[in-house]
Amino acid sequence: MAAKTPSPTVVGQIDHHPPAKGWMDTKPEFKPGNFLYAAKASALETVGLPNPRDWSPTDDDWKLPADWKGIVREGMAERLQRFRSFKLFMDICVRCGACADKCHFFIGSGDPKNMPVLRAELIRSIYRGEMKTAGKILGKLAGGRKLTEDVIKEWFYYFFQCTECRRCSVFCPYGIDTAEITIIAREIINLLGCNIDWIASPVANCFMTGNHLGLKPHTFKENIEYLLDDIEEYVGVRIEPSFNRKGAEILFVTPSGDVFAEPGIFTLMGYLMLFEHIGLDYTWSTYASEGGNFGFFTSHEMMKRLNAKMYAESKRLGVKWILGGECGHMWRVVHQYMDTLNGPADWLEMPVSPLTGTRFENAASTKMVHITEFTADLIKNNKLKLDPSQNDHIIPTFHDSCNTSRGMGMLEEPRYVLNNVCNNFVDMAPQVTRENTFCCGSGSGLNAGEYLEMRFRGGLPRANAVKRVHEDHGVNMLSCVCAIDRAVFPALMDYWVPGVGVCGLSELVANALVMEGQGEREYNLRGEENPSYKPPAEEEAPAEAGEEGEE
Amino acid sequence: MGFLFSLVAVLVLVGIALVGVGGLGLKVLFGVIIPYAAVLTFFAGLVYRVVDWARSPVPFRIPTTCGQEKSLPWIKPNKIDNPCSTGAVVLRMVFEVLTFRSLFRNMKLDYREGPKIRYSSEKFLWLFAMMFHWAFLVVILRHLRFFTEPIAMWQQTLEHLDGFLEFNLASYAIGLPTIQLSGLVLLGGVSLLLLRRIVVPSVRYISLAADWFPLFLITGICLTGIVSRYVVRLDVINVKELAMGLATLHPVVPEGISVWFYIHLFLVCVLFAYFPFSKLMHLGGVFLSPTRNLVNNSRAVRHVNPWSYPVKTHDYHEYEDDFREEMVEAGLPVEKSLEEAQAEKDAAQAPAAPETQETEEKREE
Repeated sequence: MAAKTPSPTVVGQIDHHPPAKGWMDTKPEFKPGNFLYAAKASALETVGLPNPRDWSPTDDDWKLPADWKGIVREGMAERLQRFRSFKLFMDICVRCGACADKCHFFIGSGDPKNMPVLRAELIRSIYRGEMKTAGKILGKLAGGRKLTEDVIKEWFYYFFQCTECRRCSVFCPYGIDTAEITIIAREIINLLGCNIDWIASPVANCFMTGNHLGLKPHTFKENIEYLLDDIEEYVGVRIEPSFNRKGAEILFVTPSGDVFAEPGIFTLMGYLMLFEHIGLDYTWSTYASEGGNFGFFTSHEMMKRLNAKMYAESKRLGVKWILGGECGHMWRVVHQYMDTLNGPADWLEMPVSPLTGTRFENAASTKMVHITEFTADLIKNNKLKLDPSQNDHIIPTFHDSCNTSRGMGMLEEPRYVLNNVCNNFVDMAPQVTRENTFCCGSGSGLNAGEYLEMRFRGGLPRANAVKRVHEDHGVNMLSCVCAIDRAVFPALMDYWVPGVGVCGLSELVANALVMEGQGEREYNLRGEENPSYKPPAEEEAPAEAGEEGEE
Repeated sequence: MGFLFSLVAVLVLVGIALVGVGGLGLKVLFGVIIPYAAVLTFFAGLVYRVVDWARSPVPFRIPTTCGQEKSLPWIKPNKIDNPCSTGAVVLRMVFEVLTFRSLFRNMKLDYREGPKIRYSSEKFLWLFAMMFHWAFLVVILRHLRFFTEPIAMWQQTLEHLDGFLEFNLASYAIGLPTIQLSGLVLLGGVSLLLLRRIVVPSVRYISLAADWFPLFLITGICLTGIVSRYVVRLDVINVKELAMGLATLHPVVPEGISVWFYIHLFLVCVLFAYFPFSKLMHLGGVFLSPTRNLVNNSRAVRHVNPWSYPVKTHDYHEYEDDFREEMVEAGLPVEKSLEEAQAEKDAAQAPAAPETQETEEKREE
């Protein structure tokens, strides 16, 4: 199915000089490895999206609706009225080029249309050519062009070659955010039925079953039960969490990627152990079994439709507040959109940690707390018994997820946690961390198998930064707080930086947790022998180390 | 194409003023009518554009956070780059507008075989932009002396500061007027920005006529201004008479003003009139940018979307209806037991087939 990806040496030869031919005269070439499969008709039908049909981006005829031009014009006009961001970003760019070399897809591909400024010009040129007098009359001279099917193909190609990571907007003197432009461009081509399978199918699944993998209630529960068996085997503790339980204090929601695939499942085992360790009164939900929101990659409306179930379930179950797992775009949505979309959640209370009594004032309205904030607060208040030496064989670095960095600002909490559960944490360079962090290259729904070459290209800047700490400091683990990261980094690391593993933050927390009644921790959560394990004779030592780790 | 077109366009504009005033003597047109029209267009256009932007709401709170958020009390937030209050937003905007803070972050990609990727600090764009914009501001403020009588204290101070080089240069000796730094810095800034656009391949690639034109136009304004002041040695008294006439709405056209001045004035008029319809509106737009001017408190304080509308969701009851059997079998709690659900289903089906619903709908219509 997917094309064979060329070797890193071949892919790494990238020319960043623009071609002689102007960008309006070039067309994208849909080649295996650089484009995404089209959304299936059935997926669009499930959620009632327009123009469901079977087609492929390599087809000449994309079977657009009869009045597709009118739909695009009207769609643009409507969004110009609804979003000041869109309207402003269409008008004020001065093309200074500060953003040009900030995009991971540009760095990894050299394609000039991956410069954020040009990605935006793809739609700005239509805005000018179709909606502005000067552009209508002067055309190209005024930076305008006419709407053609080739333009739609180009939009499809390049707006699904942007991960909405917002790195460009950090450097733009006016804060022009390509994510915002991409979100709206995708919304517009969705009106024509042009979406990708890896977004549309998860959306349909999420809508029907509650999670984007389409795990039905019993399967969701069973998957978690398998992990409970693993915990019992490797840690020696039997955990019995509850599902869909009314009257629990807290509803826990995490991306469903953590439920079924490595290394996400180890993160999930981490959550389970942490909650058991502190005796949290919480429940899982099979209905709100997805924090990730692929609707965000489709339209604002779809984002709202999929997000709604989290609040709805919290109301039905009668919980006090919601705790959210490690996920990137889930947190962009929760932090910046959820309360606006589906709030106010009046039936919930201001989140208070039942262990420390900390009131999460920063989540006073949304009533949803990030697991990393929650854990950092537990550690700060000495509520966890930790033995960081259990992670001594791991030299982790931390990948700041785009969304939690640039759409939230959670930078110190994960580092605080890391420094308390590991002894060897190494940060990457400031140019590539925190607000300057580089995307994994597969965010915003682009983590499809057929897109591997492009994903490796987009992930190159991140991988390159990891390579540096791998070579200089022996870093052997890339930790992160994002489910898509966990899903895509293993392949990316194998390709560019072999020898670096991938884990969620909560897995490292769980490794260091000293569970009540635990057995010998000879094996880690992955069932591998733990090199940092010390035989029982030194039993006393870890407990002390744990206390030292707490500040 | 855009480059040549813009250059020629500016030369044509110079030609128009040259012929209009120098050849045809249309001093009233170029000295009174066009300036009034341009200023009117500028202000009307500016207001129109800003109001037009402001009419589009900000449905979501989407600041780009460039530092630590305010979360737990013992974690120090970065108040400027991740503003947690209105005051912090004001601070962020002040730094953005006055010091181009975002541009100051700029770094350059250094891509080498390997691949080996490094990023080095790149401050040229920031430097050129600062030179250009600040010098432009000083020049504009300095020009206000033509429209005010008496000259205010701050204007005199500004001029002294701007002309501080006069002691260092032998301008007294050769009888030049005071050298004013701002004009030279402005010319330097605009030339460097122009040069950067020509020299850096990626920036040249993305440039449109709309990018070249203002650069050439402003270069033209600088050059004609400098020529008028230092070469032609314009009679400032006459110019002031014209300017005061315009300002007091009693326009007069004094004799003896060089055609250089009219070219200068005409180019300025074109800039004013062009401004609201161009990318130069970033002047107004920067204040409105939702990624910069919003507080990052969307979890603490609810942000309301004025055009929010209800949407179709798949609610829990539909979900339970889809999977009730599996849920019961897996030991998951359900709202309705299998029996209850079956009874309801039977009750719903018993009285009626789909026809009834349809006829009901018809009746309603």
